[in-house]
Amino acid sequence: MKNYNQLMIDLSKKGRKAYALPDNDVDVKPLDDYLPKELQRTTKPYLPEVYEVDVIRHYTNLSNKNYGVDTGFYPLGSCTMKYNPKINEDMASLDGFTKLHPYQNENTVQGSLALLYDLGQKLSEITGMDGFSLQPAAGAQGELTGLMIIKKYHEDRNDIKRRKIIVPDSSHGTNPASVTAVGYDIIEIKSDKNGGVDMEALQAVLNEETAGLMLTNPSTLGLFEKNIVEISRLVHEAGGLVYYDGANMNAIMGITRPGDMGFDIVHLNLHKTFTTPHGGGGPGAGPVGVRADLVDYLPYPTVEKKEDTYYWDHNRPKSIGRIMGFYGQFGVLVRAYTYILTMGAEGLKRVSEAAVLNANYLQSQLKEHFKLPIDTICKHEFVLSGTGGISKYRTLDMAKRMLDYGIHPPTIYFPLIIDEAMMIEPTETETLETLDRFIDIMLKIKKEGEENPELLRNAPITTVVRRLDEVKAARKPIVKWSRE
Amino acid sequence: MNRYIPLTQEDQKYMLEKIGVKGIDDLFSDIPESIKLNRKLNINDSYSELEVQKLMKRLSNQNNNLDDYTSFLGAGSYDHYIPSVVRHIASRSEFYTSYTPYQPEVSQGTLQYIFEFQSMMAELTGMDVINASMYDGATATAEAAIMAIRVNNRSKVAVSSTIHPETWKVLETYCHFREIKLIKIPEIDGKTDLEDLKLIDSDTAAVIIQSPNFYGVVEDVAPIEKVTHENKSLLIMNVDPISLGIAKSPGEYRADIVVGEGQSLGIPQNFGGPYLGFIGTTEKLMRKMPGRICGLTNDVDGKQGFVLTLQAREQHIRREKATSNICSNQSLCALMAVVYLSVMGREGIVDVAKQCISKANYTMEKLLETNKFKKVYPGPIFKEFVLETALDADKIEKALYEEKIIGPLNISRLKKDKKNQLLFAVTEKRTREEIDKMVDIIKEVH
Repeated sequence: MKNYNQLMIDLSKKGRKAYALPDNDVDVKPLDDYLPKELQRTTKPYLPEVYEVDVIRHYTNLSNKNYGVDTGFYPLGSCTMKYNPKINEDMASLDGFTKLHPYQNENTVQGSLALLYDLGQKLSEITGMDGFSLQPAAGAQGELTGLMIIKKYHEDRNDIKRRKIIVPDSSHGTNPASVTAVGYDIIEIKSDKNGGVDMEALQAVLNEETAGLMLTNPSTLGLFEKNIVEISRLVHEAGGLVYYDGANMNAIMGITRPGDMGFDIVHLNLHKTFTTPHGGGGPGAGPVGVRADLVDYLPYPTVEKKEDTYYWDHNRPKSIGRIMGFYGQFGVLVRAYTYILTMGAEGLKRVSEAAVLNANYLQSQLKEHFKLPIDTICKHEFVLSGTGGISKYRTLDMAKRMLDYGIHPPTIYFPLIIDEAMMIEPTETETLETLDRFIDIMLKIKKEGEENPELLRNAPITTVVRRLDEVKAARKPIVKWSRE
Repeated sequence: MNRYIPLTQEDQKYMLEKIGVKGIDDLFSDIPESIKLNRKLNINDSYSELEVQKLMKRLSNQNNNLDDYTSFLGAGSYDHYIPSVVRHIASRSEFYTSYTPYQPEVSQGTLQYIFEFQSMMAELTGMDVINASMYDGATATAEAAIMAIRVNNRSKVAVSSTIHPETWKVLETYCHFREIKLIKIPEIDGKTDLEDLKLIDSDTAAVIIQSPNFYGVVEDVAPIEKVTHENKSLLIMNVDPISLGIAKSPGEYRADIVVGEGQSLGIPQNFGGPYLGFIGTTEKLMRKMPGRICGLTNDVDGKQGFVLTLQAREQHIRREKATSNICSNQSLCALMAVVYLSVMGREGIVDVAKQCISKANYTMEKLLETNKFKKVYPGPIFKEFVLETALDADKIEKALYEEKIIGPLNISRLKKDKKNQLLFAVTEKRTREEIDKMVDIIKEVH
């Protein structure tokens, strides 16, 4: 069915319907009696008229054009595309969780509040922090929340000349974008030759305008920042706070903790480390944890416990404020909680061990054949230069060719500091056989590239569509169906 | 062994040999000893699947859910009908276990449903373009305010007092840190006070109006649009998509930006999330909009296909110069909404809206007939309304609750100055029997 090529609106035929509402059993007046004519719309929206089978077949056919973790290997660096356990989905679908109104009386939602409270406690222990807000909707909103906390902290101390946030040049694009979103300025510092923070460059920019530093550890190169204790100390000494981007937490659970490294604020990506599905781009969740003296700054409301009763605490005068309409992505939090119950302390540690072992195995086998800019033990991921200076084809071509072999390619062209970067994160949920198959495919593609680069440049050839014209899409954007 | 980790002892031994290290610990030798945990995390031990199910069910059973209770509670989260089809499609793991569609050749499913979501939402709102979705209605509103500042470089944003109080709070948070000034346009009779539109001036980047507003009242946006555009400010409308089955659309009002909460479109109430924010605008401002946008194009063989487009606005390309720091969208929720809209279609969306407006009006009249309530705002209303009562709101809540009804919102909970005002929500799901029962119970409250 891969040639299925219809839009939902193409299936429409006047008179068909896919819904069944009950009869309107109250006394009904003409619409004009309820809503003055001038407040009514003049034409009906141009939506499809189809029957139920059309809807099911259409979207089932579309699903067949998608590749997910359930389809196969997905070594997308920095995204932690691990298996999403099915029990998580079942638990998040329980009526007792899905059919709840956020404003229900606290007495009627004690189960949900207990879950949130306990999840906050567990995340605090896993990261070595003292308090958590589960409100942030995504990693990027977690960053935003963390930066708001940094800004409010300095504002409260009337230290308002601190307006600069330091990030390494290997950082994710959301870091600088979040800095702008709180009205701060960004200072990007170069990485040293081992991909770590260049200590001299850091010291050179630290001063009384430093509001904070944002860091991922392990870094986006998949390398542990050995100087982290010293880095935290220097930033603190200069009066700034240290922010932990939890994108790479999958490498260190139960082994070391951001709190112990000296971080003041962390966010976690539950859709990465804690197996909640990526959902084709969301919803995820980006809870934020802080050290003890910053707990008062967390977004309100927070869940608190008094004797055996849980409640929402809205009365938090130092809080940065509210960042979501309600309490965040509750359904996602239920999944993450289920996962933590399933894994337990030792299970989570084993996750990180296996993730790091898998990455190092792949790295050790691939570095003989590909250029590995920094050759050292990696954590949960590593970055190769896909082409390693060969100019007949590009890393993009290799990635596209990989699609023909039925696997999802690694992240490419990120981080920006590695030429023709290919960032590989196998995760712990893949077998040795899958890793070996990936190695074979990488070698095969390299050989194909040397012998017949055209093959790579023309790839993919087996997918439902081939390379798409992005320039055309951007020049004259068509962003909705036409009415014809 | 853990069921999600396939590593056997034999595998581990082989892999460590290949890597050239003795043990797993060697792979963590780059972590300074001083910061190693060297103890077990103080959380639970692992539970079997059956134990997890038991624990989770016990927690969920401590909640009283809306399958067992009839709800008249709204205020931004609504108990609408969700067709079975929605859950079945959203449960397809080809959709939910995929990543953001950065490799379009293997993501045509996601990209096409986003395109269809954009199309249907554009139809409903009357706008030129809607993006792939935002976190929720409140954050979408804040992003719209920031977008407006970026468009016309002015310093403040005017917001009607009739907006949802929590949306206002989120606006306050975002704007405080972004150093954007917010001003409130006062209200009168539950509507934006047209006399106070003089607050809009040449320094106002945008005017934000919610309709139906927090009190359920459908605002007449025409005079607001006039003043807003006379001052070359942008008009931002926050709308309930269900109301657009019958209500005049933001496009018809010539709004510049539309935002809203899409939970009503087939998404469970989920104790507040995940929900579905949406944002849309005119063709002219499309390149200033935050978030992902999907566009139609073709492949090298000329075959139709979809890609994420206009990415030069986004953080992964533009970093600190991006239109927003947003990276994700609420893709799976957008899928639920697009399936919902496909099911309802052009007739269904109108039917739902008509049932809401007639059932809400019926309920309001019945409550007024009890003589225990006073209408405070003249309306017109859509699916919610406010009544004032001399009765003790807690008593009403309790009496209804005993009969398995979740009653209206006591507005003072969100707006301290509003005493004795209750906000009732009535969707198409409420039956005459349920409504009459609710009214009868309140009749007996003294």
